[in-house]
Amino acid sequence: MNSIIGKKLGMTRIFDESGKDRPVTVIAAGPCTVSQVKTEERDGYQAVQLAFGERKASSTNKPLLGHFQKAGIKPARVIKEFRTTADHKPGDVISVDIFAVGDSVKVKGVSKGRGFTGVMKRHGFHGGRASHGKSNQLRAGGSVGASSDPSRVFPGKRMPGQSGNVRRSVTNLKVVKVDPEKNQLFVLGAVPGPRNGTVYLTKQS
Amino acid sequence: MDNVLQDATQELLRTDLPEFRPGDRVAVDVKVVEGSRSRVQTFEGDVIAMSGSGVNKTFTVRKISSGVGVERIFPVHSPNIDEIRVVRLGRVRRAKLYYLRNLRGRAARIKERRQ
Repeated sequence: MNSIIGKKLGMTRIFDESGKDRPVTVIAAGPCTVSQVKTEERDGYQAVQLAFGERKASSTNKPLLGHFQKAGIKPARVIKEFRTTADHKPGDVISVDIFAVGDSVKVKGVSKGRGFTGVMKRHGFHGGRASHGKSNQLRAGGSVGASSDPSRVFPGKRMPGQSGNVRRSVTNLKVVKVDPEKNQLFVLGAVPGPRNGTVYLTKQS
Repeated sequence: MDNVLQDATQELLRTDLPEFRPGDRVAVDVKVVEGSRSRVQTFEGDVIAMSGSGVNKTFTVRKISSGVGVERIFPVHSPNIDEIRVVRLGRVRRAKLYYLRNLRGRAARIKERRQ
């Protein structure tokens, strides 16, 4: 198994051997329990479903409760399936020690939602100029295209709209520290989502 | 900073450094790596600001070098800091002494703090 579910704890800094300052994200990764195993014969593909976190039985709906009971595990907050050929059975525990210092990981998460934003925030446009008689287009995007030819706006033109709150992956993040006691993983760089947001980590070859 | 993050970086904190505050004059011995050689360089000046907490704590040292004001920001817990010596204690009434940037010579002096 080379994947795990985690919770982003936040960012801080550490110093490496050469004394260099490094930005790191601390992730509470696992422990996850295997809640279901999908097989070629029954489901048509191989996968392992992991469960992470805690949830009160009283606030879990009955179909889900039955699903957890079948696997013989406690109700979990997040369940997520990972395609893998690894051999596991329900109830197996996956913890951070699947990762080692120096590994590359891919981290998936839902980015922070910014709501409906303008082009400056969403696409990094520079906006208009403050002087030379421009009074009402400080943050405007400017022209969206030419005139009667082509008489339309080209698809993909960057415009205002919903920004963030979409699933994003960041690849090739280096693991700089693994703490199996506290179930913590330190990766170099930023990870999508807010603090306490759910992230999915996969080891890259 | 978040408690969990504070715990996670606890072991990186240095406890071997002296206590000092804005207004104090300090001499900071910094490890400098030149190719394969490493030596220690001293930067001496007044602490004009401290910011952050935990492993993120930094302090700003200002000195006048050949008539030009030079400021350097050091992470307190950086392993690149060999030693910090408190040269003189200063008595100041603010946490950030940015007003010193606009002052020159005798006006930019800091009163000494007696214990």
